[in-house]
Parts: sequence; C-alpha cells; structure tokens
Amino acid sequence: MIRTEELLLNVGPQHPSTHGVFRIVVKLDGEVITEATPVMGYLHRGTEKIAENLNFTQIIPYTDRMDYVSAMTNNYVLVHAVETMMGLEIPLRAEFMRLIVMEMQRVASHLVWWGTYLLDIGAMSPFLYAFRDREIIIDLFNELCGARLTYNYMRVGGVKWDAPPGWMDKVRDFIPYMEKKLQEYDKLVSGNEIFLARIKGIGQYDAATAIDYGLSGANLRCTGVDWDLRKAEPYSLYDRFEFDVPLGTRGDCYDRYRIRLEEIKQSLRILKQAVEQFPQGGETMGKVPRAIRPPAGEVYVRIESPRGEIGCHIVSKGKAEPYRLKFRRPSFVNLQLLPKLLVGETMTNLITILGGVDIVVGEVDC
Amino acid sequence: MGAWLSEPLTWGNALVMFLWGVVFLGIVLGFVTYAIYFERKVIGWMQLRIGPNRVGPFGLFQTVADILKLLVKEDTIPRKADRFLFILAPALAYVPAFSVLVVLPYTQNLYFADLNVGLLYYVALSGISTLAIVIGGWASNNKYALLGGMRSAAQMISYEVPLVISVVGVILLSGSLNLRDIVEAQAGGWFWNWNFLPQIIGFVVFIIAAVSELNRTPFDLPEAESELVAGYHVEYSGFRFAFFMLSEYVYVYAIAALTTVLFLGGWHAPAPFLDFVPGILWFLLKFACIVFFLFWIRATFPRIRVDQLMGLGWKVLLPVSLLNVFLTAVYLELFIKN
Amino acid sequence: MSEEQEKKDKPEEAPAVDPEREAKLKAAAEARAARQAAKEKAEAEAAEAASPEPKPPSPKQPQPDRLVALVRQAAGDDAIMESYLNELNGDMPTLVIHNKHWRSIASMLKEHDELRFNYLRNVSGVDYETHMEVVYHMISLESKQEAAIKVRTERDAASVYSATPVWATANWNEREIYDLLGIDFPGHPDLRRIMMPDDWVGHPLRKDYEPLDSEV
Repeated sequence: MIRTEELLLNVGPQHPSTHGVFRIVVKLDGEVITEATPVMGYLHRGTEKIAENLNFTQIIPYTDRMDYVSAMTNNYVLVHAVETMMGLEIPLRAEFMRLIVMEMQRVASHLVWWGTYLLDIGAMSPFLYAFRDREIIIDLFNELCGARLTYNYMRVGGVKWDAPPGWMDKVRDFIPYMEKKLQEYDKLVSGNEIFLARIKGIGQYDAATAIDYGLSGANLRCTGVDWDLRKAEPYSLYDRFEFDVPLGTRGDCYDRYRIRLEEIKQSLRILKQAVEQFPQGGETMGKVPRAIRPPAGEVYVRIESPRGEIGCHIVSKGKAEPYRLKFRRPSFVNLQLLPKLLVGETMTNLITILGGVDIVVGEVDC
Repeated sequence: MGAWLSEPLTWGNALVMFLWGVVFLGIVLGFVTYAIYFERKVIGWMQLRIGPNRVGPFGLFQTVADILKLLVKEDTIPRKADRFLFILAPALAYVPAFSVLVVLPYTQNLYFADLNVGLLYYVALSGISTLAIVIGGWASNNKYALLGGMRSAAQMISYEVPLVISVVGVILLSGSLNLRDIVEAQAGGWFWNWNFLPQIIGFVVFIIAAVSELNRTPFDLPEAESELVAGYHVEYSGFRFAFFMLSEYVYVYAIAALTTVLFLGGWHAPAPFLDFVPGILWFLLKFACIVFFLFWIRATFPRIRVDQLMGLGWKVLLPVSLLNVFLTAVYLELFIKN
Repeated sequence: MSEEQEKKDKPEEAPAVDPEREAKLKAAAEARAARQAAKEKAEAEAAEAASPEPKPPSPKQPQPDRLVALVRQAAGDDAIMESYLNELNGDMPTLVIHNKHWRSIASMLKEHDELRFNYLRNVSGVDYETHMEVVYHMISLESKQEAAIKVRTERDAASVYSATPVWATANWNEREIYDLLGIDFPGHPDLRRIMMPDDWVGHPLRKDYEPLDSEV
C-alpha cells in the first residue's frame, strides 16, 4: 500500500496570478483541489477607520486607493453618497464630465482585466496590447487631473477640473479607435481553440447561487440575471443614454469573458452619446457650503463599478467627518463564492476561475 | 569528415576530437546566447515593444550580460533540499541535451558521428532530461517544484510516444535510422521530395509533440508561470538555473535541426536551379525558420490545461501517428515494393 | 548630522513666525466661535419654524406599512423597536429590531411571497457608543423593493444572530464586522478574523479602540 497524503499548498500572497497580495490555501489531492480557504487582509489599510477622522474631501483620495484599477467610480460613489445626504444639485457639465470619465474608466478597467486574464491563461501578448490602449485613457486622465492611477478627480458638488481645450476631441477620436481595436482583439483571441477549451464550462454556477451570494457585475449577469445598476436603478445621467446590458446564459468563465468584452463596446456607445450631448458651457462645481457637513442620519448609495455593485454607507452625526463609513466592495463580495467553486477543480482551473472573478485586492481588503 | 571519423583512435585523434567537441560547444553556446536575444527581440516586436536594446549595439550583449549575472549570482540551496540530487539535476539535464547533438548531420560532409541508429540514440538520450526535471522538482522540496516535476514526467511520457511513432513513417520511407541516410533519401531536386509533404500527418504530429517535448508554449505546463510560479526550477538560482535554461535552449537547437533533417530535406535546395547555394546555408535557413516558428507560437498561444494535454497526447496524437504508420506501410506495400 | 541641522534651524525660525501666527490663530478662533453661535441660533429658529408643519406622506408609505405589518405578524408586536422612512436615502424603509427576533424575521424577509428580499446588498456594523447596530441593506431583484433592517444589540457582549444561513452573502461581511467591531454572530459557520491578523487584540472600528502601540 502506497502512503499518500494531501498536499497543502499556499497560493499567494506572493504569486504571479493572484492579482496582488491575495492568498488562498488549497488542499490538493494530486492536482485536484479538495478544499480552498481564502485568506485576506494583506492589503488592509483600515480605510474605514482612517476616514472617521477625516472630512469628506480628504477621504476622496483614500477611495482612489481601494479599487486602484477603477478609481473614478470609487470617487463617484463617495461624493454621490454625500451629495445624496446633503441634497446637492450638480451642474450638468460636471455630471457629464463624471459620466464620461467613469465610462472611460470602465473601458480601461476591463482592458486591464482582459490582458491579465489572458496572461493568467498563458498568453502574454494580449496583455501588452491591452495596456497600450489603456495607456491612451490613462494619458487622457493625466491631462485632465494630473494623475495616472489615483485621480482624486471628483469633489462633493462637482468635479475638480474642467476638461482642458481639445480634450473632448481626443475622447471623440478615441472611441472609433477603440472600437476597431476591440474587433481586432476579438478576432485575435476569442476564437482560439485552446483559450475556449480553457474557459468554456469552467467555474459554472446558476442564477440562484449568484443571487444568494450577492454577486454583482459580470459575475451576476453571466447567469442571465438582468441587473445592471445603470439600468436597474439609474444614477447620474445613465437614463439619458441608450445602451444594452449584455447577459450570459451558462454562468461560466466564457460568459463572463464575453460580457466584459461586450461591456467595453456598450461603454463606448455611451461615451459616443455623452460626447455628442456634452453641454457647451456651464460650471463644473455646484453651490456647495464651505464646510461639507451632511445632516445627521444615514445613507446607502450604490453604483455599478466595472466589478459590480460598489456601495457606500455613511452614518453621519452632522459633523464634517463621517461617524461611520462603510464601503460595499464588489470584489470582496464576489470572492465569497470562490471556495465553493474551487472544490473538485484542478490547480490550473483555480487560476482561470480566480481570474474570471476579476478582483482588485485593494478593494477586497480596503 | 567521414573518412577521418573512421580512423583508428590514437592519442592525437582523441585530442583533435576533444578540441572539435570544445569548438562545437562554443558554437552551441553562441547559438543559445543569440537564440535568447532573437527570441526576446522577436517577441518584443510582436508585442509592440522594442526588446533588449541597452547592452551593446542593438542590445546584442544583453544575453551575455544576463549569463554573467547568473554566473556571479549567489548559489542558493534550500536547507531542506536533497543536496546531492539538487546539485545533480541541472547537470543531468544538460549532458543529454548536448549529447544528442552529436548525431545531427549538417551537410553531406559535415557531421560529428555517423550512427546507424542515430534517431534511436536521439530519442533515448533526450528522455533522460525528463528524469533531471523530475529529480530537480523533487529535490527542491518545494510544492510548486514538485507539481512542476510531476507534470513534466506525465507530459514527457505522453508525448515521447507519438513523437517516436510519428517518425516511423519517415524511417519506413528511407529505410534507415541513420539521419544522414534519411536526408539522402529526400534528395531529388525539388522540395516536394522532402518528407514533410508525403509525411504530412507525421510532420504535424511531430511538430506538436516536439513543442511539447521542449516544454514551450502552449505546452509549458511544467514551468507554467501563472500557475506554478516557475515550476520545477522555482528554487534554482545562479548557474544551476542557467543550466536548466541552457538545456532548454539546446533542445530548441536539437529539435530544430532534427526537424530539418527528418522532414525538410536537410541541406537540399528546394529547387534544382538553386543548387549553387551551399548546402549548409539551406540547412541554416530551414533551421532558423523552425526556431522562429517556435518563438512565434510562444507569443501567440495561451497555455493548455493538464488534462487536455494528456487527452490530446493519448487520444489524438497517438492514434493519428499510428494511422500514419499504417498508411505509409500500405503505400509502400502497394506502390513501391513492386 | 541632521539633528544638528535642526537645532540650528529652529531658533532662527521660531521667533520670526510666532507672534504673527498667534494673532491670526486667535482671530480665526474668535470668528469661528461667532459663526458657530450665529448658525446655531439660525438652526434653532429654522427648526422651530419648520416643526409645526406636517410633512406630506411619502408615496412609498404603503410599502413600509405592509413590511411592518408582516414583521409584526411573524415575530410579535414587540419585535420592532422603531420604523421609519429614511428621507435622506430616497425614503428607504428602515426597521430597527431587537436581536432576539432577528433570526425569524430574516428568513421571513427572504421567503415571504410579498417581500422576497433575495439579494442582500450590504451589511455594515455601526458602533453608536451607547449600543451597536448591524445594518442589513436588502433588495428584491424582482420587485426592486428595498429595505434596511437595523439589528440593535448592547455594546458589551454584542451579539447578533447570523444571517448567513439565510443569505450566503452575509458570511464574510459578518466576519468583517466581527473582526473590526467585535460583534458576535451566533450561528455563523466560520466566525474568524478576516482582515486583521488572528492574534490581534481589540476591534479597531470600535469608538473606544486604543491601539496597543501608539506609534503605529
């Protein structure tokens, strides 16, 4: 009788494919996972605790650092929560600016996901292609607010900087360029037999499970649940634009892949309309009291970030600092299903499934 | 060279042979150095990058610098590693990689050994490198390395079989295991006399199995970076790591040369009117094309999964290569024998 | 070397800045106090003026009424400590309930045909210094009806029945609250620290949390 034993393998926190310092302890029988336990907290900076001693304008840069791949949407959820509490009116131009940068950010974020996901699967070139195109967006953001990743762009009541002259034209030029590139990438990768064999039918779950686990974003929509907050509970100006919410049917990695690619296309569609309708003049900051003190009470707002429903729960006591600030981070919630999905899968599929969830560890740990 | 090789072995001859060996080692190392440079440049261009361009003109000395760095790097051996096996593995990987090169003929007259069972010798020796990878993975006392080593063992066993069987058709056609005779059997002036057209099934199976034998994308599972970090050589550093890298690239050399010899007509020109070009240039050209092909697919393909790899090897490649042997035998029986 | 540098710099700089700065600070403080007083007065006046006028009932009013009735029906009349519409948050129906009823109410909220709160959006814990609250924001994906349920518990030996058996989402969220606020969740399948190291002392998001090492 040969003595066999289970192998306890520590994947992460230093591992090329855990997208940061995420760690997962897996028990392996051969290469098959019998148990998976995610371990978080390596990037926990206590944002929520720090925020209790800062006023709201000071908190905005901290939100940049949560989901650092999609800082604009994080900015938005915080200022949106404060504005909801204070009942502030946002000038149209500022709201357009916000929407445009958020949709650009969604494109950029999905591009990062696309590149790194293929890198996880073993193809290295798409990563560089995706980053080339993301670079254009980053450059535009850089021109807008002087930062490439952590923008600190939005303020309670509007946006900090107006678009510099010619900026909107560059955005306009970017849209057809990206559409063309997207087709190219689709041709390059989406039909690859090896790639399809790697992701079709992997990490499958049904709609009931997805809802029970509170998944959001592409992770929810891949099961066919039509739930995009931009459509379901429109915020900002999303009810002005025409766009579709791509849905999956099987709930596997392939559907998530298709949905994210399609979402880039839809974001470009929104961008095209937004650039068309962009108001000529107007303010970029609304009338905001000198000291931002939301009235006592609480509010929970949520928006659709590239990763899913990002929410902000503020409890205020009428001071300039929040009494309690809590972020509902989509990566954190989406990750919960992972241990259940992984049982019975191989080591290789661990990477495929984890990559398909699309996490940003800064957001998981907050 | 043939006459000279068959001379009796005297001290003088042995010395000359040894010197030839050293010269050849130098050539191979030169190839490896510039193959790596070439790979990085080519993949760089495919990925919209420049590639190495800092060390020397056009970055030509980049690999030299890399090798120097590897040589002076601290040699670490994990405390709980099996010291003897850990040290043995890189050497064991490299020795067969260099030894198989001896049977490869470059032109009619330029070859280092005229072995009757050249092909068999190649296959038998190259199998030993697998052993080195498994040993290295085991001795590192690292779980990722162990998984990488095990994957490598499974992969090599699965692909050695179709690799050998796919060549059987070529052996049937030329009636010899001697690589020089195999090239001679492809003579005839035109490129359609080369084995890759009559043996198209065997050729395809051979290429797939060969890429797998080389542990290169899309079959780079033993060192799958995104899953196993670096696979079997995760604990190796410095010149021991360099030896693993070296043997990997020497195998690129060997497989490219072997493919040229077996399927692409070796040193023969593709058309009779091109015969004025020396045979060695034709050989090098074909050889370079295959090396480029290997780099090209590395920049293009994602990685296959372990179970799919096994499925492909046993369920597709093996039956197809057997079919190829059968078809070739029937063809020979019906049309050639009489 | 740098210390010397500092010593050299300081005495030169300090007298030059001090008097002017102090005066400024003083003026600013006075101005602030005056402003504060004026504001408080205005606010008090405004509150007095506004309070007699009853607000028009929210169009969403029937929804929470029905919710309250159903909860009362399921868990008894004393289950709800407070119920109101959160005006700040688009009239979100909000119930404050006591922990002892939470378990039965939770499953009712999800299962009941009229409510079907199948999607738990967010769970946050709040330390109110007098008591603790765990807030569950939920929504029904079919009817888009929303609710916030606040489960109140005392501060010492804080404990709230886990909602994980009802909504799987609650799992890590409750672990996070346990970790950062020290609220116990009986019935939770795997209640461990999630963000802080396992040997961490204290619960950082509590208002009375004192870091062990003041330097950090």
